[in-house]
Amino acid sequence: MTKEAKIALYTKMARIRHFEQRCIRIYQQGKIGGFLHLYVGQEAVAAGTISLLGKNDHLITGYRDHGHGLMVGMGMNECMAELTGKVTGCSQGKGGSMHYFAPDKNYWGGHGIVGGQAPLGTGLAYAVKYQGLKGSCLTFMGDGAVNQGAVHEAYNLASLWDLPVIFVVENNGYSMGTSQERSTAHPGCLAKRAEGYNMAWDVINGHDVYEVRAKTALALKRAHEESKPTVLEIFTYRYFGHSMADPDKTYREKEEIKTYRDKKDPVLLFEQELLREKVLTPELSQTINDAAMAEADKAAIFADESPDPTLADITKHIYWEEDNRGPKTTSRGTIIFE
Amino acid sequence: MAVISYREALRAAMRDELNRDKNVVIMGEEVAQFNGAYKVTEGLLKEFGPKRIVDTPISEAGFIGLGIGASMLGIRPVMELMFWSFSYVAFDQIVNNAGNIRYMSGGLINCPIVIRGPANGGTNVGATHSHTPEAILASHPGIKVVCPATPYDAKGLLKAAIRDNDPVYVMENTILYNDKGEVPDEDYIVPIGVADVKRVGTDLTIVAHGRAVITSLKAAEILEKDHGVSVEVVDLRSIRPLDEETILKSVRKTHRALLVEENKPFCGVDAQVAYLIQSKAFDELDAPVHRVSSIDAPQIYCKRMEDLQMPSVERVVAEALKVLA
Repeated sequence: MTKEAKIALYTKMARIRHFEQRCIRIYQQGKIGGFLHLYVGQEAVAAGTISLLGKNDHLITGYRDHGHGLMVGMGMNECMAELTGKVTGCSQGKGGSMHYFAPDKNYWGGHGIVGGQAPLGTGLAYAVKYQGLKGSCLTFMGDGAVNQGAVHEAYNLASLWDLPVIFVVENNGYSMGTSQERSTAHPGCLAKRAEGYNMAWDVINGHDVYEVRAKTALALKRAHEESKPTVLEIFTYRYFGHSMADPDKTYREKEEIKTYRDKKDPVLLFEQELLREKVLTPELSQTINDAAMAEADKAAIFADESPDPTLADITKHIYWEEDNRGPKTTSRGTIIFE
Repeated sequence: MAVISYREALRAAMRDELNRDKNVVIMGEEVAQFNGAYKVTEGLLKEFGPKRIVDTPISEAGFIGLGIGASMLGIRPVMELMFWSFSYVAFDQIVNNAGNIRYMSGGLINCPIVIRGPANGGTNVGATHSHTPEAILASHPGIKVVCPATPYDAKGLLKAAIRDNDPVYVMENTILYNDKGEVPDEDYIVPIGVADVKRVGTDLTIVAHGRAVITSLKAAEILEKDHGVSVEVVDLRSIRPLDEETILKSVRKTHRALLVEENKPFCGVDAQVAYLIQSKAFDELDAPVHRVSSIDAPQIYCKRMEDLQMPSVERVVAEALKVLA
């Protein structure tokens, strides 16, 4: 990596951190409804993996989707406005926190049902292969998803048909409030389940963005050159509850969170590494963090001042047909929207 | 114009669209080597090869979800469900993913997928293989549902479905697969959302879809011959979008309506149609709207009883006479 690339990567991680922390304040002000699943603590996973993607590489994830969105280049404004349900949001206020999308940046969401995106990601990889392109689809999920049937069906199809999909299990230790030990029968690690499907697998320290990149690069090579799938299990940790609705008091000790924050924080560790490498200076780091904070503040104002969708907007974007009436229309019927 | 079977009409639709658009892929259990569990896809593997005609494992949530993901990137998958009853294990994919992705993305993503297969009772296979989920699925905005009753409609609706940019679920009927009818060789589509008056009449409107149309047409013959009643039969063809105007126009002419479907009555398609008629043509009615549907119980296995459970010509005639009384 060049010096510039390293600084850019650090900047992106800092932006995710400050965006998410700004979200907490807006949530506490009562401006964000529904569920808000924060990515704080897991930044190196999205940053390390997504920073490697090229033109024909796609990605899809579950509901903890903000970090991935910022990594592909979505703006803080559209992301923040989506959280407050505004028409200027990335999904025009129709998706919310769990449903960010940026297909122009190869980002296919943002999916609310645990593991439900695994077959979709496999299908995106299928489409890439069908079209004869050298690409892939990174299909992210949490450790809680690995017990869902849809994930296993996706694993089987990916391996059976040699699809260039990389299943990235972001293992933060807890599926909501249930620890991995209490949720999952596993011999050693979750990624090893790949062996049952004759798939390659690897485990990664998700607190070290260099390691995330190095091992993901091998999986991408396998996808691009052999059209073969991989399961990557990336060990990471979230500092906040499953969502903001989770008081986080019943299933883990405060001391555990503190240990991760103090000793394994991926943003802090990367900053220290770059200071050691003399890529960053304390001043530059300060500038980057100040800028990210200011950007998040501005996004909060933008989200606040943006208008709501209108009543008429409720019935838009349901059918392509309804939004694009014309000579190519094949459907003529009445859609009842009462 | 050739006379071909409903099954051949469906196959002709797929062959046409495979030839027209290289992004069309046929996928499902036993569709390729086995030539289709009900032989709808017979010969397509030989003609188009394994890239276009793809056998899947028994893994509905997996392969339907895969098709949805592929459709988001421009593939036009035509997925066969051996029975629509099997859709229930893929419900999250069919409803949550295919049905919501366009909406939740604010129109950024389209999902041009077709899922097709038989959805019918009457085949002596018990409750788990006899579901008719058109009402369940049509209750979700974002999804289109069509139920062809004739070979002509089967070909035209399936071609329209494959060209459509939204998810279209085509519900066929194994009992109709051998029915024959006139089907043009040249390119045509039956627009989704347009009902068809299958028989013109003046005294009573029967609204039906799927095989219930065939049952109703037979009943209409008897009503005319034995009772001197002129019956109009409206075939919905499409459940969602629903062609309200054709239904209302017919009811405004005959002033009496009987609704026939093979679904169970509770929350059936005809519950919606009955509401439509009373809300928009109440003053036109000379009698209450009546319904004939399957007896409200899981589908019974015993063939003799199953035939009684489902709408029969006799039941339709008897109920029609009540509306006309």
